Amino acid sequence: MNSTVPDSQSPAALPAQPSDARRRWMAALARADRASLEAAWRDLPERPGYRHLRQPEIGLAMVRGRMGGTGQRFNLGEMTVARATVRIDQGPDGAGTVGFGYVAGRDLRHAELAALFDALLQDDAHRPMLMAALIVPLERAAAETRAARERAIQASRVEFFTMVRSRE
Amino acid sequence: MNDQLSPGFADPVGAAQATFRAVLTALSEPGKLLELELTLEPPAPLGLAAAAIALSLLDGDTPLWCDPASRNAMPSLRFHTGAPLVEAPERARFALIADPALLPSLAAFDAGSDEYPDRSATLIIEVAALGPSATGGTELVLRGPGIPERRSLAVRGLPAGFPAEWQANHARFPRGVDVILTAGGRLAGLPRSTLIEEL
Repeated sequence: MNSTVPDSQSPAALPAQPSDARRRWMAALARADRASLEAAWRDLPERPGYRHLRQPEIGLAMVRGRMGGTGQRFNLGEMTVARATVRIDQGPDGAGTVGFGYVAGRDLRHAELAALFDALLQDDAHRPMLMAALIVPLERAAAETRAARERAIQASRVEFFTMVRSRE
Repeated sequence: MNDQLSPGFADPVGAAQATFRAVLTALSEPGKLLELELTLEPPAPLGLAAAAIALSLLDGDTPLWCDPASRNAMPSLRFHTGAPLVEAPERARFALIADPALLPSLAAFDAGSDEYPDRSATLIIEVAALGPSATGGTELVLRGPGIPERRSLAVRGLPAGFPAEWQANHARFPRGVDVILTAGGRLAGLPRSTLIEEL
């Protein structure tokens, strides 16, 4: 895949709109670093078997923006995206849950792990444990990193101001 | 919907190239029986060859028409290729037919224009059997470019009116549709330049 990922294949465009909860964990998984996902996968009490519906692959996705958040849409540029789709094995019929992983960058294993956890998190049996043991800590770590960065930037903040003159 | 997804090629580049090569050979040597040797779990009800051709040739720019019988395979094909589905046969670039008995008239599909005959539809028709195993089928005797003298191809499962439809399609040359017949892992090409002489 060396062209732009068609819109129809992005997870948001799939017929079933993902729930807010799923959006939340997919975002946390995509922003996590691979090492913590790998550790969480290793620490699972039982790792399910799985197969690739779509082999992990690297491609480009067009990032679009709006000037000021409200203006005309414009193409900001393309970014590298790794994606994977897996189906975990459940039961003898093999009809397991399908998980999607879309991750910025070129880390195929990260995309695969994100897809695996996405599949597990859709399963009611695994969700409470994984949310508590994986997603919440990931979100906290991300929030801390972000807060630390904001503090570092705030230290060098310069306040610009303009005197408002009356018209007289 | 997720339960219906079937896996794509395990080796997307290699498998798509092998399939493309087979399609090229099939259309340049019409009626020649080819066998795809791939491991692929095709989405029901498609056979291996039909699924491999669809996965190799379809993308977001190729509107796809499918007959009611092959509708169950659409979630998988849409997921892997992103091809848009169209309801009107004449708007499709590719058509998938899993039940040839209900094949619409070939004239219903886009035959291209005299300026751009290449912008025509390609039909992938899954028949019951092709080649030596097609006992009880029809023996098509083919003549035309890419065929030294005559070539015969045994097909089971094509509707009785197909040869007549085909002559009309052939007569529109350079316009017309191209057909790829598939049965399981086998395929044979029937480009518009080929003439069917029924035995």
